Amino acid sequence: MARITAGITSSHIPALGAAIQTGTSGNDYWGPVFKGYEPIKEWIQQPGNMPDVVILVYNDHASAFDMNIIPTFAIGCAESFKSADEGWGPRPVPDVIGDPDLAWHIAQSLILDEFDMTIMNQMDVDHGCTVPLSMIFGEPDKWPCKVIPFPVNVVTYPPPSGNRCYSLGESIRAAVESYPEDLNVQVWGTGGMSHQLQGPRAGLINKDFDLAFIRDLIEDPERLRKMPHIEYLREAGSEGIELVMWLIMRGALGDKGVEELYRFYHIPASNTALGALILQPEGIGAAPPSVREQVDA
Amino acid sequence: MSDKKERIDIHEYLAEFDDIPGTRVFTAKRARQGYHLNQFAMSLMKAENRERFLADERAYLDEWQISEAAKQAVLNRDYNAMIDEGGNIYFLSKLFSTDKKSFQFAAGSMTGMTQEEYAEMMLKGGRSPQGQRSIKGGY
Ligand SMILES: [Fe+2]
Repeated sequence: MARITAGITSSHIPALGAAIQTGTSGNDYWGPVFKGYEPIKEWIQQPGNMPDVVILVYNDHASAFDMNIIPTFAIGCAESFKSADEGWGPRPVPDVIGDPDLAWHIAQSLILDEFDMTIMNQMDVDHGCTVPLSMIFGEPDKWPCKVIPFPVNVVTYPPPSGNRCYSLGESIRAAVESYPEDLNVQVWGTGGMSHQLQGPRAGLINKDFDLAFIRDLIEDPERLRKMPHIEYLREAGSEGIELVMWLIMRGALGDKGVEELYRFYHIPASNTALGALILQPEGIGAAPPSVREQVDA
Repeated sequence: MSDKKERIDIHEYLAEFDDIPGTRVFTAKRARQGYHLNQFAMSLMKAENRERFLADERAYLDEWQISEAAKQAVLNRDYNAMIDEGGNIYFLSKLFSTDKKSFQFAAGSMTGMTQEEYAEMMLKGGRSPQGQRSIKGGY
């Protein structure tokens, strides 16, 4: 039986990809950010921690989906996915290799569970999907596991509610657990944390909001399920709404407790506050990384 | 599942967005207004279109059903004006990427600060939400 063994959150900002590409990931500005990811990189390479499949929840930033098609929840069911050209040429990273059997199984299960998914059999993946892979797996010739890209609309309003996202995560968990193959599956929730990329209010960062969000992601997800969009907009900036995607990850970890294995929080990463966590559902028992926390903000 | 569903009033939901200082939320209304502008920006995902655009921006823009104000906003790289015309930052990112500019550059350009001032503000922890949450409430 397949099972969900961990949830990871990560920023997916393109500037991180650019820092890798330009060889500036060790400089004064980016060095601390990449250092904050080191424990995640090491942890995931430990025996038992490398997933067979990552369900990677992200938002497409007007790359695969333009103004003509705006699916609220989509699932990548293709054999592979190419890196999108977002205006500066495609990020030079390996193709993302999917798991069509599991992806279709999840799609079918979710639809029966009343989540009416959009099924993508051909799709390019943008920085939202590939930057977290680079941050956590570095620069290999091919990605070390399969990835099911799971785009969520958080661009055109209204995005899905936090509650809907959380429930979707719960249904993803049930779908994975009904898959007969013995697979180690992780769910990654990407994007965030507080940031605003537009208008005179651009640059907004709200550390108190972010740290409370991380706390309740672990301790009180019920509060976050009820948080209306306007609260994200007011408190976490117009692009902070990406955090609803973290609730899909959290819902997928189940309704028992979760254990926080690692926390990284950093300001600033370009325009954003960055949060990267490793969470595991109760009862999995993987050892944490040697460093448990880096909060440098 | 049989619990009575609490419905959100769409009018109240949308009206609240106008109460956030310095922010334009990408609602259906803006998405309709900016459809052609955003699709123009999407076209810059192809290298040959980027070349053609950079070679003669005006001529390239004239191929699109975009308002004159929006065309001027693009020519001036005035991102606030583009957003006023229904542009969305993720679509418009194809334009500043074509210019080899970053999200930080584009975001900074909308604040009335210099790039240096904006970068400095971010280094110091970003813009505080204090007084930036609500126009009416002033908090
Ligand atoms: Fe994003």
